[in-house]
Amino acid sequence: MPDSMFLTFVLALPFAGCLVAGFLPANTRNVEAWLAGAVALAGLILAGALYPAVTGGAMIRTEVEWLPALGLNLTLRMDGFAWMFTVLITGIGLLVTLYARYYMSPEDPVTRFFSYLLGFMGSMLGIVLSGNLIQLVFFWELTSIFSFLLIGYWHHSAKARDGARMALTVTASGGLCLLVGVLIVGHIVGSYDLDRVLVSGNQIRSHDLYLPALLLILLGALTKSAQFPFHFWLPQAMAAPTPVSAYLHSATMVKAGVFLLVRLWPAMGGTDAWFWIVGTAGLITFALGAYLAIFQQDLKGVLANSTISHLGLITLLIGLDSPLGIVAAIFHMMNHATFKASLFMAAGIIDHETGTRDIRRLSGLYRLMPITATLAMVAAAAMAGVPLLNGFLSKEMFFAETVAEHVDSILDDALPYVVTLAAMFSVTYSLRFIHGVFFGPPPTDLPRQPPPLPSWMVVPVALLVSACLLVGIFPAATAGPFLDTAVRAVLGSDVPPYSLKVWHGITVPLLMSLAALTGGVLLYRALRGYLSSGAEGSPGLGRLDSQRIFDWSMVFLSWRAAKTGVDLLGTRRLQPQIRLVVGAAFVAALWTLYRHGPHNGLHYGLHAGHAESSAFDPVLALVLVWLAGVWLAGAACAVGAAYQAKYHRLAALILMGGAGLAVCITFAWYSAPDLALTQLLVEIVTTVLILLGLRWLPKRFETIDVENYRVATSWFRRGGDLAIAAAAGLGLSAVAYAVMTRSAPDSISRFFLERAYTEGGGTNVVNVILVDFRGFDTLGEITVLGAVALTVYALLRRFRPAPDSIERPEQQIRESERDDALPDGQSGVALADSLLVPGLIMRLLYPVIMTVAVYLFMRGHDLPGGGFVAGLTMSVAFILQYMAGGTRWVEARLTILPVRWIALGLLFAAFTGIGSWLYGYPFLTSYFRYEDLPLIGTVPLASAVVFDLGVFTLVVGATVLILIALAHQSIRTHRPAKADVPAPIAAPAPALAQAEGQ
Amino acid sequence: MSATILVWALVVAQTFLAIAMGCAAFRLLIGPRAQDRILGLDTLYVNAMLLLLTFGIRTGSTLYFEIALVIALLGFVATVALAKFLMRGEVIE
Repeated sequence: MPDSMFLTFVLALPFAGCLVAGFLPANTRNVEAWLAGAVALAGLILAGALYPAVTGGAMIRTEVEWLPALGLNLTLRMDGFAWMFTVLITGIGLLVTLYARYYMSPEDPVTRFFSYLLGFMGSMLGIVLSGNLIQLVFFWELTSIFSFLLIGYWHHSAKARDGARMALTVTASGGLCLLVGVLIVGHIVGSYDLDRVLVSGNQIRSHDLYLPALLLILLGALTKSAQFPFHFWLPQAMAAPTPVSAYLHSATMVKAGVFLLVRLWPAMGGTDAWFWIVGTAGLITFALGAYLAIFQQDLKGVLANSTISHLGLITLLIGLDSPLGIVAAIFHMMNHATFKASLFMAAGIIDHETGTRDIRRLSGLYRLMPITATLAMVAAAAMAGVPLLNGFLSKEMFFAETVAEHVDSILDDALPYVVTLAAMFSVTYSLRFIHGVFFGPPPTDLPRQPPPLPSWMVVPVALLVSACLLVGIFPAATAGPFLDTAVRAVLGSDVPPYSLKVWHGITVPLLMSLAALTGGVLLYRALRGYLSSGAEGSPGLGRLDSQRIFDWSMVFLSWRAAKTGVDLLGTRRLQPQIRLVVGAAFVAALWTLYRHGPHNGLHYGLHAGHAESSAFDPVLALVLVWLAGVWLAGAACAVGAAYQAKYHRLAALILMGGAGLAVCITFAWYSAPDLALTQLLVEIVTTVLILLGLRWLPKRFETIDVENYRVATSWFRRGGDLAIAAAAGLGLSAVAYAVMTRSAPDSISRFFLERAYTEGGGTNVVNVILVDFRGFDTLGEITVLGAVALTVYALLRRFRPAPDSIERPEQQIRESERDDALPDGQSGVALADSLLVPGLIMRLLYPVIMTVAVYLFMRGHDLPGGGFVAGLTMSVAFILQYMAGGTRWVEARLTILPVRWIALGLLFAAFTGIGSWLYGYPFLTSYFRYEDLPLIGTVPLASAVVFDLGVFTLVVGATVLILIALAHQSIRTHRPAKADVPAPIAAPAPALAQAEGQ
Repeated sequence: MSATILVWALVVAQTFLAIAMGCAAFRLLIGPRAQDRILGLDTLYVNAMLLLLTFGIRTGSTLYFEIALVIALLGFVATVALAKFLMRGEVIE
């Protein structure tokens, strides 16, 4: 279906554009703007093409399976309401792009700007087009993140950073609440599908969990739309570049909250709780925002508070809980987006031209920029609700709605008076915006004289303002059909009668409008003296400032409470931490045993296992005896390692090697060859890793202060530790014994065994589980592995060794002394001679080990092996070269870029998953068949092999990155004793230097 | 007949290998020097490899040979690393 294809394009294009824009070279303003503009225009055209499919309550829907088992599908859905928002987002996005091209200075890194802007556009479209609630929340949080990045765009300014952080904290926490709320709704309805939720209104409203769900969802919506008491973040977000304010903080992102309210109104509205919470929040915000706006001295501050107030108006309309209210709310969303975006752009032009946004310093600008002034005046008049402009129409509907009777209460009775008062305020601040900036004497103390204005910068403003005028004069002809489409999508068939006319006769709403206009003008005259006196802040509110409360709670949470928590529960010593962890695990296991009773746990352990074992076989018995010997040796090694761990680390490490080998043999004997392989390789790599770290551990204290050494307490402590260790160890053995000696319950393993070949195309069940059945888990695991490797690398870059291990190791000093004693400068002979023969062998083994790695990888699908084991083998090959030749020798010859290996591995794995979409299957569906290759024979060609290749690449990258980062410490901290050794030692070695360069 | 020889040869081989492993483990545990322990570990690896080979012969499965191959190929890495650590004080320089 082409329609659903178009729909996918509408959402995918901005994200594709975001990626492309991010990789364009810096300072390509024109290309960036063309790109962003083209994306927005394409979205607009596509939306236009889709219009016939959404009229009259129809909708387009397309679904891509993601995790169908969990009910998580990528559902795109466009109805009339979503269509209206799509047009707003792409249309205003187009205008903002054009505007930003001239607004941003050539010095700004515009690559970042346009990339974020496009990313935001995509996320916002994602919200309005989502047909799945979880997906909606995902895009919701994505808009918060892009808004954070865009507000903090000029990150050299502290105001921008603080504003960005505050906006993110408020909106993203709201988003988390929304997620929980949505989960509850999904629990009630049994589906996250929006269409199913929308028809289950009665079920939701009558459920016990309705109120919690409602509260959480409202927290999300009200924070996003900057409603009282969360309104404070929006004025702080004005530190963003003005195109961002025009786009995000007037037309689109802040509308997401009210969008969601309207969207969910059929499912959740219509209750007293909805009326009281939404209505009250809206009313307070409407009045408070308008009041605050009067007293702002910053142009954008006025607009921000006015936006808060207008969003309050919309929220109030939604809260009134009537179909007509919803109509008015949708209409006002459209109108507010047009006039407020144009006002922000005008404010940006003024700032751009004069260098200031302070109303006290601006005046008489009409003479300097007549076109901008005229446009801004029309837009501000629309904001004030002057007749013949679009703001008037929706305000009229709003007044009519407030006069009508709803739930009989004080709120309802007081409503007309309060809203008239607030509307009066909005007339006052609009008037102040116009009169203070454009009229009066010519400005005297401007930071700079206005340069000629790029004429294209005014075009977006002019287009928006003409839209205000057209809608204001011919509402039914211009906005009528679109409004009808949007309203029908929300309300279904029972759309109430409403009329879009400029003149309804002398009605109560008209009188309210007139009262507000007259009162607003009078109030402005009365306040002029006070306002021009230059006072900051709004009178009467004093310290009742949500921003202050927010700051206080942030300090409390992130500093005081956190510190108290750390003081109470934290410790910097390892021993208490481990004691706690082990103790907690032990108690948890014991508790389970206690609850389910011993008879279920250990009691009849033996009878299922070997009871029916066949007649006595002397050979087998002998083998078992020797195997028992191996276990005994292994156990002795393990105990020895624990015993030596404190004072003889090297000995402990060697002993651990012995214990590991015993485990490996056991795995091999009990038919788990893949486990044996993995265990062996992990053992080897771990030994090298710990040895690398051992060099940097502080040395043992040779002298212990014996006199102050409290013997009794230390014995007590050690005895306690021994008891904990013995209890935990025995407990673990008991659990392992209990598991092994009973017949396995009919668990999931049978399912895997049966399906491994038929559905995954491999006979190595473990591998098939890893790369196919549980591919999603593996993807998560390798992501974590990559993140860990990068973290280790990052931490080691700033690593400072303990003072006593900075010195070169004793052995090296001794050997170089011997070197120096040799005649005629045979310096470095000790190093060159060490491992001469083994070194050669190790170098020769390099290709051999690689071949084994490839072999292990290739047959991993059917026999023991696979990406993980092969990756470890490969990294051992690299480590051997480092040991044989030393860091410099290797890096002069080999270019290993571990970070790229990691990135490549993740990309491989992820793209294999996405690849299955192209064939119309859910994410990470595997495809397989067998192929005959010349010389090699029959080779399984499963798409899972590519996924496994990703695992392989990532494991190589991660292991090598960690080991090399550790190895580099030696050439970083101490220099060779020889002065004549050439200099490049201090420079970072190539591999890591390149890794850093990425 | 030859099968019986093979079975008993394997039993004897495994017995001696297990004894050898026991001796190596003894060195590994007792030391006294680090060098003794490292040698003990290396011997343990070699013996483990041989033991796996005898398992393989007994069961007729090639999978054991492959693990033995990996031990033969990579088992020495830990030994080299330990030796280098003793000799030079760090593994990679």
